[in-house]
Amino acid sequence: MFGRYFVQRVLQLIPVLILVSVAVFLIIRIIPGDPVLVMLGIDPEERARISEEQYESLKHQLGYDRPIYVQYINWVSRIVQGDMGLSLRSRRPIFDVIFERYPATLYLALTALLTGVLIAIPTGVIAAMRQNTSVDYAAMGFALWGIAVPNFWLALMLIVLFSLKLGWLPSIGYASPFENPWLFLQHVFLPAIVMGTDLAAPLTRYIRAEMLEQLTQDYVRTAWAKGLPARMVIVRHALKNSLIAAVTVIGLQTARLLGGSTIVETVFSWPGVGRLLIEGIYSRDYPIVQGAVLLIAVTFVFINLFVDMVYKWLDPRIKLE
Amino acid sequence: MEQEALPGPVWTATDSANGRFAGFLAACRVIARNRLALVGVIIVAIWLLTALLAPYLATHDAYEISIATRLQDPSSSHWLGTDYLGRDTYSRIVYGARTAFLVAIGAVFIGAVLGIPIGAISGFAGRWVDAALMRLMDAIIAFPGRLLAIALVASLGGGLFPLYIALGVNSIPSYARIVRGAVLSQKEKEYVEAARMTGESDFSILFFQVLPNCLSPLLVRLSLDFGNAILAESSLSFLGLGLPPPTASWGLMLKEVTPFLQLQPMAAFFPGMTISLIILGFNLLGDGLRDVFDPRQYDR
Repeated sequence: MFGRYFVQRVLQLIPVLILVSVAVFLIIRIIPGDPVLVMLGIDPEERARISEEQYESLKHQLGYDRPIYVQYINWVSRIVQGDMGLSLRSRRPIFDVIFERYPATLYLALTALLTGVLIAIPTGVIAAMRQNTSVDYAAMGFALWGIAVPNFWLALMLIVLFSLKLGWLPSIGYASPFENPWLFLQHVFLPAIVMGTDLAAPLTRYIRAEMLEQLTQDYVRTAWAKGLPARMVIVRHALKNSLIAAVTVIGLQTARLLGGSTIVETVFSWPGVGRLLIEGIYSRDYPIVQGAVLLIAVTFVFINLFVDMVYKWLDPRIKLE
Repeated sequence: MEQEALPGPVWTATDSANGRFAGFLAACRVIARNRLALVGVIIVAIWLLTALLAPYLATHDAYEISIATRLQDPSSSHWLGTDYLGRDTYSRIVYGARTAFLVAIGAVFIGAVLGIPIGAISGFAGRWVDAALMRLMDAIIAFPGRLLAIALVASLGGGLFPLYIALGVNSIPSYARIVRGAVLSQKEKEYVEAARMTGESDFSILFFQVLPNCLSPLLVRLSLDFGNAILAESSLSFLGLGLPPPTASWGLMLKEVTPFLQLQPMAAFFPGMTISLIILGFNLLGDGLRDVFDPRQYDR
């Protein structure tokens, strides 16, 4: 049962991954101008810098003299073999550059995930328990505000408060959690709060709504009637079932965090893939842009797959549409 | 949800066109009773008016540079202070409303104008056309929204039209899915069969039978997408990938004063508050509309 669902779900991924790769492949094609010059990092005005023979040989070398579908197939088969070409600026293999940056993104996303969940679960549960009191309104106010606030602005305001005014935390920078955990915590605190708020705001609303729903169910009434202590009823029964439904929201939001982290990483100078992407755009290093976009998109697709699997495992009633 | 319990379903999309006006009035009443939704309507209306009346509301020329009065605190002559070039923050925020609506209208238009026909074709054609179009939609969804916008803007370049595309593409799948669902559920209904018997084309069935019946989810989507588009535009402009300077764009205003945070945090405070407020308005409006159309459903 589970196995068949898994296979079906994975098969569904194939056309999606193909289309994603086509889209990433096309990034360079839709840039206005000659793709050969774009790939060489030469401005159209400087076209005269290279002779016609050089141009033709480079074009051949890049494979741009072949039909576009051949180029695509070659490009994909090289990627599958772990070769995404070289960065136009640093001349280093794209794979190396990206995977150097990947851990930083991952650590930030995980810390943010933890922060978000730690904010959202208690807030959502308490809001539901105290429905229509000022506590509830405050929690919902936080959620509404958190969804509306632009994360880059929240980042700037936190930098102003904690770094510039109070001087408690460094505003930008990074340290590896394994080499210097304390410094890592100092650096990760603000970006994790910003990204955590992104996650916590919708999650709080969701958990509150789910809890309200669960608390009216028969099994919860039975639990109360059995004389179970409040903590047991709320945590073991109602919250547990609310969290099953929340897994999807957490998963989708986490996947979104990875995509949205470009801005937060840029503001905090966090050396992750998101910032690499933006640096690539600024320096017109398009192979880097392609690599970063592809990596983030593929991660996103697989997180979604993983979330679906977890959800299916937690709640076997789910069927594929 | 947040307020006192709403009355039961006030109106549900009926199969007939009759009573739609009465339904609309009932919907307005529910919105008015749901205080949060009302707040949303008011916020959105205020910003829409600000955008329309910008020349009358601005106290200064939003583009006039005055180095002598740069990075000033809020005062009676500059209500919200000035930016790093001495431009009046209040006037730039007022004009920024024009930019925000201009971008959002274009982006939402592209999303709806492409998404609705795709959903309709998918629903009516079925079979491999449906499968192909839906996989295409899946591929768009497979990108985190903001990432797709960044990638598109990176290759198309900055400016208004690339922004329309970059922000619009993201929302195509949601419109397509809503309309496809409506087509599938209406296609089999008797009145559509009857319409088909009388020789109505798929096109007119779509316009006169199907679309009116999925108007409510479309409106909710539209409202949320407006907010999303404004937020996305300011994010891209903040990264320097959106509209070029000296455009009065809230995101760009934030980007420009970031190096001067230490000197004048107020110059960054107000544009961000503005963005939060307008997004809040559209979200409250969208949530309110959802409560009206489907009081049982909560959150996303």
